[in-house]
Amino acid sequence: MSTSAHAEQRTKESPSFEALRTLFTQKIGILDGAMGSMIQTYGLTEADFKGERFKSHPHDLQGNNDLLSITRPDIIEAIHTAYFEAGADMVETNTFNSTTISQADYHMQSHVDEINTAAVRVALSAAKKAQLKTPGRRCFVAGAIGPMNRTLSLSPDVNRPEYRAVEWDQVVESYVSQARSLIKAGVDVILVETIFDTLNSKAALFAIESVFDEMKIKLPVMISVTITDASGRTLSGQTVEAFYASIAHAKPFSVGINCALGGRAMRPYIEELSRISSCFVTCYPNAGLPNAFGGYDETPEEMASVLREFAQNNWVNMVGGCCGSTPAHIAAIAEAMKVFKPRIPSAPAEVMRLSGLEALNVT
Amino acid sequence: MSTTASSFLVIGERTNITGSPKFAKAVKAGDWNQAVAIALQQVQSGANVLDINVDEALIDGEATMAMFLRLIGSEPEIIKVPIMVDSSKWSVLEAGLKNLQGKGIVNSISLKDGEKEFLKRARLVQRYGAAAVVMAFDEKGQAADKDAKVRICTRAYNLLVGMGFNPFDIIFDPNILTVATGIEEHNNYAVDFFEATKIIKATLPGAKVSGGVSNVSFSFRGNNAVREAIHTVFLYHGIKAGLDMAIVNAGMLGVYEEIPKDLLELVEDVVLNRRSDATERLVTKADEIKALEEEAKSNGGAKIAAPAAEAWRLGPVEERLKHALVKGIDAFIDKDVEEARLDSAKYTRPLAIIEGPLMDGMRVVGDLFGAGKMFLPQVVKSARVMKKAVAHLTPFMEEEKRLHLAAGGDAQPNGKFLIATVKGDVHDIGKNIVAVVLACNNYEVTDLGVMVPCDKILAEAKRIGADVIGLSGLITPSLDEMVHVAKEMKRQGFTQPLLIGGATTSAAHTAVKIAQEYPAGVVHVLDASRVVNVVSSLLSKERKPLFLSENEIKQQKQREEFAARRARSPLISLGLSRERKPSFDWQAVDIPKPSFLGTKIFKEVPLTEVVPLIDWGPFFSAWELAGRFPDILKDEIVGVEATKLYADARTLLDRIVKEKLYTAKAVVGFWPCNAVGEDIEVYSDESRTKVVTTFHTLRQQLDKPVGQFNTALSDFVAPKSSNRIDYMGGFAVTAGHGVELLAQEFKAAHDDYSAIMAQALGDRLAEAMAEKFHKFAREVCQFGLSENLSNEDLIRERYRGIRPAPGYPACPDHTEKPILFELLKATDATGITLTESCAMAPASSVSGWYFNHPDSKYFGVGKIGRDQIQDYAQRKGWPVTEAERWLGPYLDYDPR
Repeated sequence: MSTSAHAEQRTKESPSFEALRTLFTQKIGILDGAMGSMIQTYGLTEADFKGERFKSHPHDLQGNNDLLSITRPDIIEAIHTAYFEAGADMVETNTFNSTTISQADYHMQSHVDEINTAAVRVALSAAKKAQLKTPGRRCFVAGAIGPMNRTLSLSPDVNRPEYRAVEWDQVVESYVSQARSLIKAGVDVILVETIFDTLNSKAALFAIESVFDEMKIKLPVMISVTITDASGRTLSGQTVEAFYASIAHAKPFSVGINCALGGRAMRPYIEELSRISSCFVTCYPNAGLPNAFGGYDETPEEMASVLREFAQNNWVNMVGGCCGSTPAHIAAIAEAMKVFKPRIPSAPAEVMRLSGLEALNVT
Repeated sequence: MSTTASSFLVIGERTNITGSPKFAKAVKAGDWNQAVAIALQQVQSGANVLDINVDEALIDGEATMAMFLRLIGSEPEIIKVPIMVDSSKWSVLEAGLKNLQGKGIVNSISLKDGEKEFLKRARLVQRYGAAAVVMAFDEKGQAADKDAKVRICTRAYNLLVGMGFNPFDIIFDPNILTVATGIEEHNNYAVDFFEATKIIKATLPGAKVSGGVSNVSFSFRGNNAVREAIHTVFLYHGIKAGLDMAIVNAGMLGVYEEIPKDLLELVEDVVLNRRSDATERLVTKADEIKALEEEAKSNGGAKIAAPAAEAWRLGPVEERLKHALVKGIDAFIDKDVEEARLDSAKYTRPLAIIEGPLMDGMRVVGDLFGAGKMFLPQVVKSARVMKKAVAHLTPFMEEEKRLHLAAGGDAQPNGKFLIATVKGDVHDIGKNIVAVVLACNNYEVTDLGVMVPCDKILAEAKRIGADVIGLSGLITPSLDEMVHVAKEMKRQGFTQPLLIGGATTSAAHTAVKIAQEYPAGVVHVLDASRVVNVVSSLLSKERKPLFLSENEIKQQKQREEFAARRARSPLISLGLSRERKPSFDWQAVDIPKPSFLGTKIFKEVPLTEVVPLIDWGPFFSAWELAGRFPDILKDEIVGVEATKLYADARTLLDRIVKEKLYTAKAVVGFWPCNAVGEDIEVYSDESRTKVVTTFHTLRQQLDKPVGQFNTALSDFVAPKSSNRIDYMGGFAVTAGHGVELLAQEFKAAHDDYSAIMAQALGDRLAEAMAEKFHKFAREVCQFGLSENLSNEDLIRERYRGIRPAPGYPACPDHTEKPILFELLKATDATGITLTESCAMAPASSVSGWYFNHPDSKYFGVGKIGRDQIQDYAQRKGWPVTEAERWLGPYLDYDPR
């Protein structure tokens, strides 16, 4: 990417940079599908989540999916493996909530290093096995960094708009420790995803850059936002272009949209992102909109056909699935993408990008 | 939605404390409504960017900057534009950057403090994701003439681009200095600025030029007409030279063409430094203009017309209330509500205003939100206005109630609504909105918060006499918890209606899974805008029966539809899961023989041997302190507390050990055994002729991908058919004798802290006992002798073999515990007893089995199908209902 000319010289790029650049320029990369909804199929109980390791933990742990990388690594690795077998080039670690702040809900904040490390371990193990099975294949592991349950831009108290449940420095600190654990444990890529409050993601990017400095290595950073409602805004109120302006300074390897809306409803926003982004573009929607039971109805074929159109229009470099998608979805998507060429990132616009909730480009 | 400004950017300056007395006064007085109103006025007047500056000696700059940005952050009409964070203090700039979700501008950085500091700050600006204003200032001072401006800007540019700063994020401020001061060298300052701007724009690609315009006319302060003309002229020529933006009063921008010709000429003479007497001539003119203005004022001429933005104030009160709610404007809400209240012909009671125009407004908000024309921050703002309106009416409604009572009327309590996010769920935005909306509608709302256990919800509901109970949840597992609450409500004889809401809930799930558990009425509420209608119907004696019967008819239909398309069960049959069990080459598996068979009792284990094996991690999380042990002791935030806590714990622990306050006991046993299906037969001796007892395990039934197994604990034991003798172990350990006594002693002295500490230490010691005796057990089985593991490795369970406990994931049936206790004679040996629900007393106890198979590992059985439950009941000699009772949460089917 053009911005790499300005990249900080002291930290060197990880080898995964080149490998990923090759992937994204040769084909439309395939990302894995849902972790949460796959875990749900195992019907785990409180006791499963705690396992023997945490059985004396004094608080409920059911629903703390990230913990399963420690207590049920067999399940997590099996899910990763199923996605690699379905044709994914990259899987995300099971670390969506593995920050001290998010884990505090479960009183598990003191275990985040262990959780992240265990998650990377099982993902790398699945990747290694998949690579051994098909010599020459390169399987990537992306360290997933989620949005946190506390937001920097929104007040949880309607009567006190100035109130925040968390401060920037705390969020940065929490993300620093997660990023450090993920990188130390050996991820190929960092994926900041399901962003609904841009300020949280800015803190995450701030944290990641600090860790890069500290460790003298730079990994590709992928960024993915979620557009939550029909107005085409993030939960914190930004338009897609305003969001892009807010995160472009991090020189992301890719930027994309995931989760909330199904692929069909995402169409105008992916098109917009593809138009403005000078880095690679990714898209991993939910398998349609949630149905009455919190499940998702889009079949693998339906999902593949939505993404097929995006590929046809040259909008994307990597696709995959979010909530509700399964290895069958990923297999169908991977098959559908085979015949398409990846998007070529556009040259950076010669403008100063500014934004509030809306974008302001100064030429 | 994006705006591409190819033209000039107006940066609103009225939110700059140094240039706006009105803003300064508001901020100093903490009048935030006024301060926010000034910001809004700037945006409405056309500011493309807002400059925020709170530099004032007596103000805490960092806190005020954060506060103000957060306040305007919840004003979508303001925060739609980018923010320029302006301060001479770096720490204030950083406080601003930490509160901007958009891409803003830092004003400013410069070479004033040298290259190192400049680059350090530039690096941070880049990392926070902002553009930067770079002042033409270096170690020697401020650049005044053209050459110095260009030289410093060029040097700064090269440094920035060299370190990777995006040239498009650089904005130079080459200093707009005051002209017409009477000092000759100041006369060319504006021209120097224009010339420098031209060169910067031509030679430094990407960079923009900005400036603070009001400085140029500072000599004419007090004479706004002249100042405005100077600003207008300056901008006109500045823009021609390449000026991209300027900090100006967005409401006070003149039009170049409209400046009277004579004034224009005099102003241009000054700005462009065209004549040596330019200053004198303009000063004379300025005095004339001032005199004219004074005259007009004394003649009583009205100066300012009402701004057009206030046109909505002219409409009828209902329209104004609606407008205020939709736009989230609270400035006039009290006044307007009061006006409506005084119209007692139209609104006979204060409540009528709420139910009428205010709710109409909120409905519009709901509709716009649903249609994607409003987004959440705006809705939250509307709710705030609503709350304010209701607060204004509340005293009048209370007065009404008082009079009603005084007149001998019935006490008509407002409806009491209790709401909670259920156990296991932490999401509460939607719940908070529902609470606000109901409170706005004069219901008494009790919000129990998040992760609220069922018993607390129901106890509170009884305590406050709730009329309606609402449950909220966002994650899927919350659905089950809601079912549980509904069942409990029925069991406890509740009669209040139950409302269900939250992102993951649905009318269909409510109908199928929840409504059938609770006959007094369960209503799904789609979103906050519907909740008032639902609650008011439910609390109305007249409407309630019809409402509930309609609700029931709807739900019956949804149940029928659901039954029609019921998805297949994801479980596989017990038979198939048995085929998919892990297969071992039993002739090759290493089966270690224990050095003794039967049980060994440890009447009193020295606590000194147990203490080193304590895993302190859970101890700190029990006290809600975050961090790893021992790092937590040095943690920046909780380190001090953690160290104190740890010191107290060690002190008490030392006392417990020294005075032998707790007694640690253990029993460990080994027996020959073989697996028969999912059962494990335990034999009296190695002849395996007499079965002493049988353990019953359960098999996973989930349909797993190829290559994965459906495991049962019995798989780790050699099957009878292998003809090999296997051995399994069992244990029960406790550190709990004495714990309650000590805790009671503390409690009697009103020292709850130490009482909890005593219990927490008991638990830690019990876990450490389990670790210690597992190690002993592995040594008994030989393979443990060569482990050579550190205490840390032991705590992390890095060894062969497992010690699962009945009631935990690998064997969820607690009733295997009495069988184990019988075999171990555990109660005699250790004093641990079992309650009727198979819990161990004292609580600081652990029991379980030992499996030595090299591939044995922990797993969870997961959901169980009807076929296995029937099989299991038969194996245990139970009626099927008994199995269903003990394994209720694991059933994959509805046992009714």
